[in-house]
Amino acid sequence: MSYYQIMKNIKVLSFIPLISFALLFVQCQDDDDNGNAIYQDMCNDGVKNGDETGIDCGGSCEPCAEEELFAGRYKQEDQMGRAGVNLLFNKPGLRDSLNLVVPHKMKSQFKDVFRDRLMTLDTSYTTNILGLDADQMAEMFSQDVLWVAQNGETSYNGTQVLTGRALGEDVMDANLLWIFGGPDGTKNNEDPNLISDGVPENDAPFLDTFPYLAPPF
Amino acid sequence: MKKSRIFTMVSSLGIMVLAVVLISGDHNDGPSVSGTTSDIADFYAFQAPDPNNLVLVMNTQGLIPSGTPTDQASFDEDVLMEFNIDVDNDLKEDLLIQAIKRGDSMHFFGPFSTTESSLISTIKTDIKHSVKISTYEEVYVEEANGMKFFAGPREDPFFFDKARFDSYMAGSAASGFNNPGTDSYEGTNVLSIVVELPKALLGTPATNVNPFAPGTPTYNMWVETKRKIQ
Repeated sequence: MSYYQIMKNIKVLSFIPLISFALLFVQCQDDDDNGNAIYQDMCNDGVKNGDETGIDCGGSCEPCAEEELFAGRYKQEDQMGRAGVNLLFNKPGLRDSLNLVVPHKMKSQFKDVFRDRLMTLDTSYTTNILGLDADQMAEMFSQDVLWVAQNGETSYNGTQVLTGRALGEDVMDANLLWIFGGPDGTKNNEDPNLISDGVPENDAPFLDTFPYLAPPF
Repeated sequence: MKKSRIFTMVSSLGIMVLAVVLISGDHNDGPSVSGTTSDIADFYAFQAPDPNNLVLVMNTQGLIPSGTPTDQASFDEDVLMEFNIDVDNDLKEDLLIQAIKRGDSMHFFGPFSTTESSLISTIKTDIKHSVKISTYEEVYVEEANGMKFFAGPREDPFFFDKARFDSYMAGSAASGFNNPGTDSYEGTNVLSIVVELPKALLGTPATNVNPFAPGTPTYNMWVETKRKIQ
């Protein structure tokens, strides 16, 4: 390579940093004042962008159709069938887990846990006033759904047992009786008293008409 | 004693106090949902005064103190609430009623048939009824197609001496419960949704579900809360 050629290459190369440096001052300035065109683009581009609340709708675009207002996917965080199940029958470390298992898979995952817990609560448990042994209790409560009769009485511990759950029922006393009360419901009735918490009713009267629950305090 | 040590002790005490917050019914039953807007407090299902109807109640966000301003005790637009109804006793929901807040209203969907049985839901908007969310002062009820709808703050209908039960479990109340006991939920409120609907909308369920009433056609019902993920 001749001296002339070397000098020429150096000259060309020296432009690269110069051009790069100059590019730093180039801005993409939005001064073309065609907001309407941008608005129309945003509201027709098939993606949720800008201040849109749905795809190409809401915000500064046209209002969303109903499907958009309620669109999205929702992931489970809590669930409940019968009262007190997670507190009474589940092991403390597994309470979040039970909330995230669908009912048809609960028995396989929680029946043994519940039976162990029952035998921890009452180490001499045999059967209860419902005639259920530890295995049957664990099976029933580990499938945490509320049975609700289509017709007639709907009560947790009324004449027709476990046919629903009405307001005002002392469901926790029922659970305690079934866990601690033994075959005739008299076990653990004093020192310790474990079959009734001494709170027999709600602290406000219910309504005779819809929505039935008492007004807030 | 070093400040950091005192701080640790005070914090631990605080956490211990938090740990005995009142789980029961279903209030604060799992550490992850405890105190959040998706925490279910209770579920009730019973025959209405009109024996053709059933009433379904889901209470959430328990232990709201008396007199809490409405804007500090409100439903979450990101939390979907569902009543699940299993008709054929396979423990998978056959019918769903969904409810979610938008603006000042609670929107109810269903009951509609579903074949999904998973931890993920989408909202099915075909059958919709809306009711303005009640406040501490004003009650709003919507009636349509034989159904009634309510959403808003209510007195917590649950009662239990939860504190004494916790003490017994912790080994510091050997004599068990007192008589009378102390209602740990006295004077507190919940956020409720209530639906009354004709039984005819649910169809006839299976028998041999409840061993104590084997001949009675019986639904399996449960409630769920789900949070928006996308």
